[in-house]
Amino acid sequence: MNDPLLVVEGLAKSYGGRMGCADVSFTLEPGEVLAIVGESGSGKTTLLNLISGQLPPDQGRVAYRMRDGALRNILDLTEAERRFLARTDWGFVHQDARNGLRMGVSAGGNIGERLMGIGDRHYGKIRDVALNWLDRVEIDPARIDDKPGQFSGGMRQRLQIARNLVTNPRLVFMDEPTGGLDVSVQARLLDLIRGLVAELGLAVVLVTHDLAVARLLSHRILVMKGGYVIEAGLTDRVLDDPQEAYTQLLVSSVLAA
Amino acid sequence: MQPVLSVSGVDKAFHLHLHGGKHLPVVEKVDFAVQAGECVVLGGPSGAGKSSILKAIYGNYTVQAGSILVRRDDAIVDVATAEPAAIVALRRHVMGYVSQFLRVIPRVPALDIVAEAAREAGLAPDASRRRASKLLTRLNLPERLWALPPATFSGGEQQRVNIARGFAGEHRLLILDEPTASLDAINREAVIELIAERKAQGAAFLGIFHDIDVRDRVADRIIDVTRFAPHSERAA
Repeated sequence: MNDPLLVVEGLAKSYGGRMGCADVSFTLEPGEVLAIVGESGSGKTTLLNLISGQLPPDQGRVAYRMRDGALRNILDLTEAERRFLARTDWGFVHQDARNGLRMGVSAGGNIGERLMGIGDRHYGKIRDVALNWLDRVEIDPARIDDKPGQFSGGMRQRLQIARNLVTNPRLVFMDEPTGGLDVSVQARLLDLIRGLVAELGLAVVLVTHDLAVARLLSHRILVMKGGYVIEAGLTDRVLDDPQEAYTQLLVSSVLAA
Repeated sequence: MQPVLSVSGVDKAFHLHLHGGKHLPVVEKVDFAVQAGECVVLGGPSGAGKSSILKAIYGNYTVQAGSILVRRDDAIVDVATAEPAAIVALRRHVMGYVSQFLRVIPRVPALDIVAEAAREAGLAPDASRRRASKLLTRLNLPERLWALPPATFSGGEQQRVNIARGFAGEHRLLILDEPTASLDAINREAVIELIAERKAQGAAFLGIFHDIDVRDRVADRIIDVTRFAPHSERAA
């Protein structure tokens, strides 16, 4: 087994008196896709924000395996180090692409920004990489100078993915990446994500309330309720043979189409 | 010779929290082994727990007791207790599963579904597609369907895509749950041939076949699962 990429230990966060999440521990291997599922208010988004360093925990620790092999507590990183990590080795795909894109900048600029952030200055080269990435996420490269506002919801989401993957991150956080999209658009996006994750060997932490999305994309699942992880394991095992009462309820509540 | 699969003392039960906490034992003290190059068939009436045993071995079901040892090169993995990542690796490299039904992935063409299994086993993209084409040809799936997603295929066509996918990898242990259920005679014959070939190469098979003719031709041994019936039921 490889050394884990991410180690989460005893994470807890509360907002005033209200609990966000408590006592969460797990590790993530390189190339592993982990889905965090649960209903609204279960704590899954709080957990994602804690793990990705966007929210400081009340207790616990998140350690990440840096490219030099050292496991570092992300809370001990300087702000500059954390920002560098977030725009090189990590990606973050938001449910609403408008939160992950610069709406006033062209599609090509959105993809190129992270490359410039790591010191790439050659305009022609950056443009070539952007054209290539537009093609990979099935956006007509002729649209490179259009702004995201001129794109459909599905295209915007694919652009956000390209913007994140251009620096070859090893870990990508995804928050309901297919939420709010039409079903036909969802299928195309899921297929694209599935292909890229396998091809690039990405590790992913995926938050979703959609069990079908979790089944299609993830190897492992954490089921959250009231801020706690109440069941965890191999995705198809948790979905096909759930042990906890709440998980049995969740699984049996899904309408089969 | 160490068996490819060795099951001992396995109990499987369902605890139905939503139905008054009903405890439903399925099988108890399941005990058997499968050697390389051997095809073992599970027999017994419907509801006796045959599919549950297959799912437990594949890691799809949790078991309450016992061990499910699968040999991976020189290492042994206990599916009953292994970490998810170890089971994912085992499925990629050692054990494959062919169910009666294809879980269709939206938008992905039949040929790619099959080729993906070969790629996961480490074949190059070109070689994976060649292997997929060869399998689909042997299973008589018309070439005009290869580029289409199987969502609209007939049951028999979907099942053949599923079988091709199952055989496209390099698995040394193949678990088959009624792979010939909705196939015609010609395609049943093709599956029997594929099994015989892979057995000759040293693959181990564990399956359920209700078709008696198919079963008698592929099985080296039949294990009657009624001998693993739960104690409470045996007394009744």
